[in-house]
Amino acid sequence: MPTASLATARLAESAWADASVKLLNSTVAMVGFVVALLVVFGLTSLVRGRLSRPLTILVLLGPALLLLFVGLVVPLLRTVFLSLRNDDSTRFLGAKNYVWALTTESVQQVLQNTLLWLVVAPLAATGLGLLLALLVDRMKGQAVYKSLIFMPMAVSLVGAGIIWKFVYEARDAAQPQVGLLSQLAVSLGWEHPPNWILSQPLNNFLLMVVMVWVQTGFAMVVLSAAIKAIPDEITEAARLDGAGGVRLFWFVTVPMIRTTLVVVLTTVMITTLKAFDIVRTMTGGNFGTQVLANEMYEQSFVQYNVGRGSALAVILFVAVLPLVAYNIVQLRKERATR
Amino acid sequence: MSETAVGRTARARAAAAGVRTARKSLGSPLGSLVVIVVTVLWTIPTFGLLATSLRPKQDVASSGWWEVFVHPDLTLSNYHTVLFEGGFSVSGGLMPYLVNSLAISLPATLFPLVLAAMAAYVLAWVRFKGSDTVFFVIFALQVVPLQMALIPLLRLFSGGAHLGSLTIVPAVDLSGTYAPVWLAHTMFALPLATFLLHNFISQLPRDLMEAAVVDGASHFRIFTSIVLPLCTPALASFAIFQFLWVWNDLLVALTFAGGSADVAPMTARLAQLSGSFGGRWELLTAGAFLSLIVPLAVFFALQRFFVRGLLAGSVKG
Repeated sequence: MPTASLATARLAESAWADASVKLLNSTVAMVGFVVALLVVFGLTSLVRGRLSRPLTILVLLGPALLLLFVGLVVPLLRTVFLSLRNDDSTRFLGAKNYVWALTTESVQQVLQNTLLWLVVAPLAATGLGLLLALLVDRMKGQAVYKSLIFMPMAVSLVGAGIIWKFVYEARDAAQPQVGLLSQLAVSLGWEHPPNWILSQPLNNFLLMVVMVWVQTGFAMVVLSAAIKAIPDEITEAARLDGAGGVRLFWFVTVPMIRTTLVVVLTTVMITTLKAFDIVRTMTGGNFGTQVLANEMYEQSFVQYNVGRGSALAVILFVAVLPLVAYNIVQLRKERATR
Repeated sequence: MSETAVGRTARARAAAAGVRTARKSLGSPLGSLVVIVVTVLWTIPTFGLLATSLRPKQDVASSGWWEVFVHPDLTLSNYHTVLFEGGFSVSGGLMPYLVNSLAISLPATLFPLVLAAMAAYVLAWVRFKGSDTVFFVIFALQVVPLQMALIPLLRLFSGGAHLGSLTIVPAVDLSGTYAPVWLAHTMFALPLATFLLHNFISQLPRDLMEAAVVDGASHFRIFTSIVLPLCTPALASFAIFQFLWVWNDLLVALTFAGGSADVAPMTARLAQLSGSFGGRWELLTAGAFLSLIVPLAVFFALQRFFVRGLLAGSVKG
């Protein structure tokens, strides 16, 4: 026992030593970055005359433009280029990788799953968020409810995946259940609940629950702000005209917040399309739960099929493009009217 | 006549008040119940995680976490085990990964913040021919999802850049350092950061900027001593958003840091452990909760900034 605790103490000590070195490195990098910038600023402001202005622009704008060019513009073009070549990028294939992605049975299932995610998770999160936004407004202590429902948004999708994997944990019936869902099923009289994560196609929906859990708070907060922004006169006029409850909701509230509703929906869709963390953490894409973003990662960085991986990335890009474009335009419009 | 007018207003007011109370009471009990049920449902999974991480190993193996209400026997030993010993039948705990998360997130927040503020200032106040086009291109780059840039960028970091036989960027061995992760996060953050900060910086009062120029201040001076201090709220919102984004990120981390204890952050390690060592719940829950502490603390301490930053950043690629 004493040797064990000694070994533990030594482990802890080396872990702290390692930590201080790493944090020192990272601090040096930050300080170095700021100092280097200040030195360049100082030197550049010594330059007088005609060169001064272009040099200033170069120094302030140059780094961002260079990084964007190297990190986004060139890779964007290269990914399109790579998607037209074979997996070690030695031969030109034309559209073959795309044909593979759209016709191979296993990938078709991936695309189907992705489509299902894209419809179910955003609609559920937005719908539930809207319901909560309507109800929570009238309650005492609404800030507490709001922040508790919003909280999952702060957590990583990996963390969320682990939290819910534990909820879905199933053991065989001889042992006591430790997963909440299994225990709930047993308490309700279902003697042999299934192993949730393995049951297709149910498992797809169970994974979507995690995304809904994360995104509902976001939808609620945004929609609640939009509902509060509806002028009181409008709702009261409608009420005096005899509209109440459901009618008021459909004919006054919903039209007034339509733009926000669509933006929330598309925003959750974008997140859903690009998220691979949940699937990766909970099933690794097995048991028929694979989605596009994780398949892209698998093809590119696990199996090193660069051509196929790039083609999947391009498909993802094309799918997400109209949603993001719509959102950005809306965001801009909103800013312009304000 | 005036009396009836007053009477009418009073009646209308009373009616409006009636409507308001009606709205308050209408469906209230049921509505409140729905909200309370959802709040409880939304909180339970996280609570279960926390409770499990605080229970002794044998309890976790033999009963569900809800037993904690009957047998409140709590310990911090799981945290000690996952941090320093490992316990997932591998040596070495999560401590190095936790440190990596911090060592990655802080610079990956500072770098894009400063570079984007510089660019936004030029585009808003030092305008030149084509500056609108440059702004629009940066703005449009927001649509590019991370996935589109990963493979080429990884190749650039590991193999340099070549045009035919001409080497443009030589291969630099950055593996085992944080540099590729910092760089990748900085690059991916720039479009959104520049766009958001430009919105803010371009709204600064024109008189103030012109007075500074008349006084002979250089653009660098204006940037560091006027623009940055005045932009603190916008900078804080974006910094919080970016910090949490990097802290919670898995994709960039897996691609550019791999899984080694030298550079990989918590998310990458937890994703691994969840796959291969999922049975040890008392350890996995403790590990997961360790990675949640920082975002949760930031969330509850800086909620207003957090929500603002998050709403602004919700379109991030």
